[in-house]
Amino acid sequence: KSHISQVPLSDKKLMDVKLGELSSWAGTRDFTPNGIISAVRRGHDRFFNKYINVKKGGIGGIAMLLTGYVILSYVWEYDHIKHDRWRKYH
Amino acid sequence: MTLSFFDQFSLTAFMGIPLIALALTLPWILYPTPQNRCLNNRLLTLQAWFIRQLTHQLFLPINPGGHKWALLLASVLIFLITLNLLGILPYTFTPTTQLSMNMGLAVPLWLATVLIGARHQPTHSLAHLLPVGTPTPLIPILIMIETISQFIRPIALGVRLTANLTAGHLLIQLISTAAFYLAFTMPTVSILTMGLLLLLSILELAVAIIQAYVFVLLVSLYLQESV
Repeated sequence: KSHISQVPLSDKKLMDVKLGELSSWAGTRDFTPNGIISAVRRGHDRFFNKYINVKKGGIGGIAMLLTGYVILSYVWEYDHIKHDRWRKYH
Repeated sequence: MTLSFFDQFSLTAFMGIPLIALALTLPWILYPTPQNRCLNNRLLTLQAWFIRQLTHQLFLPINPGGHKWALLLASVLIFLITLNLLGILPYTFTPTTQLSMNMGLAVPLWLATVLIGARHQPTHSLAHLLPVGTPTPLIPILIMIETISQFIRPIALGVRLTANLTAGHLLIQLISTAAFYLAFTMPTVSILTMGLLLLLSILELAVAIIQAYVFVLLVSLYLQESV
């Protein structure tokens, strides 16, 4: 029953944070432009090294990127597209 | 409903950022840079091989003096091919359907070729206005015609690209709308969807449009720079 092994909140990864602590965890993150850029860089490196920078990469890496792009475009244009729904009078 | 067919070409903004910003930055993200290794990963090798083949083919007919343009033209080629191919994916935005962007690419490049030719070999570039072996009475008219054709080149370059892509996208939207609404009367829909698929594969000619673009550009460069 030792609480000495508790990791400080700011060092936990996102998957280890409990739901109740989520807001306080977000408070410890770095939201300056430098912090955002480094976070994007880290995410990019993780994706790149896992799916693209392998000796025999398949189509999966690029396919995931393109699917994400399609979904992002859909979200971006939602206000425009919602006029295309089934309507009796256009 | 007829008015809404052109809506796919208007810029939509999400939280103040227009979609064209995303569509224009995607080609930069899509091609990783080769690392300083002997053997890169499979995707990078493929990419490098393709780009090398394309550039090699593109610069075969040009004298060594024109090879300075290799980097610029290869970049333009890859950029345009990527933009056009990405536009075929659903819900994406194709920046090359905007005439402003294509003219912005066409006019400076064409003007550069004209100015380079006029600066280094003025007599030679003027000599291109008159093809060899014209009968003498025809010369004044032919020079005027050739000058006009020279000035029409940038407009033709820009408008060709815009018109091809816009027409392709519009046709796809029209035909898919027709196929969708006719899905309730069975026999026609199979013919229509087959037509739509054929059209989509013809739209892969977007790649050929790029070939046409840079090739025509190259023809003018090749004629004007070192003989």
